[in-house]
Amino acid sequence: MAKINPPVPKALREEPPTPTEDPRSRTPQAQALEAATTVVDWLDERTSLSGPGRWFLFRKVPKGTNWAYTLGTATMFAFLSQAVTGVILAMYYRPEANGGAYESVRHITNEVFWGQLVQGMHLWGASVMIVLIFLHMGKTFLFGAYKYPRELTWVIGVVLLILTMVMALTGYLLPFDQRAYWATVVATNITGTGPFLGPYLADFLRGGPEFTTTTLSRFYAIHMLVVPGLMIALIGAHLYLVTRLGTTAPPWRKPKEKHLPQAAEVEV
Amino acid sequence: MAANGNNRYRSKYTLDRGMPGAFPGETVTRRRFMTATAHTAGAIAAASFTVPALGFALAPVFERVQHHWEIAGPTDMFVDNNYVPVTITTTPGLGEVGKQLVYVRKHNPKLDTDPYDRNRPFIAISNRCAHAGCPVRWVEAAERFICPCHGGVYDILGRRVGGPPPRPLDRFYTRVRNGMVEIGPRYSVNSELRPFSPRAPGEPLDGIGQYFYPAQFDERK
Repeated sequence: MAKINPPVPKALREEPPTPTEDPRSRTPQAQALEAATTVVDWLDERTSLSGPGRWFLFRKVPKGTNWAYTLGTATMFAFLSQAVTGVILAMYYRPEANGGAYESVRHITNEVFWGQLVQGMHLWGASVMIVLIFLHMGKTFLFGAYKYPRELTWVIGVVLLILTMVMALTGYLLPFDQRAYWATVVATNITGTGPFLGPYLADFLRGGPEFTTTTLSRFYAIHMLVVPGLMIALIGAHLYLVTRLGTTAPPWRKPKEKHLPQAAEVEV
Repeated sequence: MAANGNNRYRSKYTLDRGMPGAFPGETVTRRRFMTATAHTAGAIAAASFTVPALGFALAPVFERVQHHWEIAGPTDMFVDNNYVPVTITTTPGLGEVGKQLVYVRKHNPKLDTDPYDRNRPFIAISNRCAHAGCPVRWVEAAERFICPCHGGVYDILGRRVGGPPPRPLDRFYTRVRNGMVEIGPRYSVNSELRPFSPRAPGEPLDGIGQYFYPAQFDERK
């Protein structure tokens, strides 16, 4: 463990007190650092998590790492934003097909303090997340970062992309206006046109052969319970693999060139 | 000990393997028995919430939908060369969402010449497009049903004349009771207007495509 885990950076290391120094005469900053260290030490003694923490946080990155490498983190922050605004929206939202859902969204947008802002963040954040995912995916593809040994990271990323689209589909119904309703009718019917299993899948999504109040509850449960849990788990796996395998250098950075005797001969 | 460790041959009897407290004829070791018991108990515990949850979520796929007859209006409300839109409730208790539009007209011997429509007193055509389920509208001037979503066009009998729909518009059974036209369950038709069980939009009823969509449990055959 000690070998793989990087050491604590110098800035965070506690300076040992000199034997002649009176501990009470130390600066408040030093005392605060000591108190923090005591708390961290207490936790670490019981969990041994400081090693994995350093393994996760203080890892080496290749030369040439640039802003394109922040797209994954940006996507994760878009997800976190969706999660937080979604939880707040769920405090006001009612999944009732008989007018309640539309009324509650109208209430959020028009009457709740900052409701329009939060609802707007959730609405537009969904598009932002999709855009960021595709930029992140494009970067990974163009930099060749999906190649051995990072194939599984790519596969998990694709599953995350599909789950994000499931979120987009199920979330689209929740405002329950005309657009939401007809978009979902069309979407479930498209699901139903899949050969053999399609009709059963569409019935499962709708909760029957027709669009009913069950459909809205179903989409709500999938949107806020099933898929977010899966996504959190898979983002964890994705991050673990990124830390475990490290990131790739940009493709234009060649490995350090060895001095080749032939080249020298040609030059002469 | 060597006989136990280097097991070229290992007796299935615990007694032969020199286990302390073994019974004659005993083959399952207590460790194996305990492991199996723990796994079984775990499986039963997991199944006790997984099976009901799955059944709960999947039940609507198998549940048969109840149909009812709904009054559309008096018989003299309808003519035989034009459609009258009637709103019926397909799913009760849902408000506006549970309703849909049906275009009704009287049977016209000149138009409805195919054998399946000869004895129907009234023709009721669903407004759900056979492509993706959008609401089509009857355009009287053009004598066409036109879908706003992807450009599906149907003629006065509901047969496709343009756009992506794979089959004609669905229809509803009709009957006359006490001078009132009543609308019953929905049914789908193929390009020859032959009736089939109600299908979801997008499922063809002609050619090879009709074999891609098996019967569903929640609709009668």
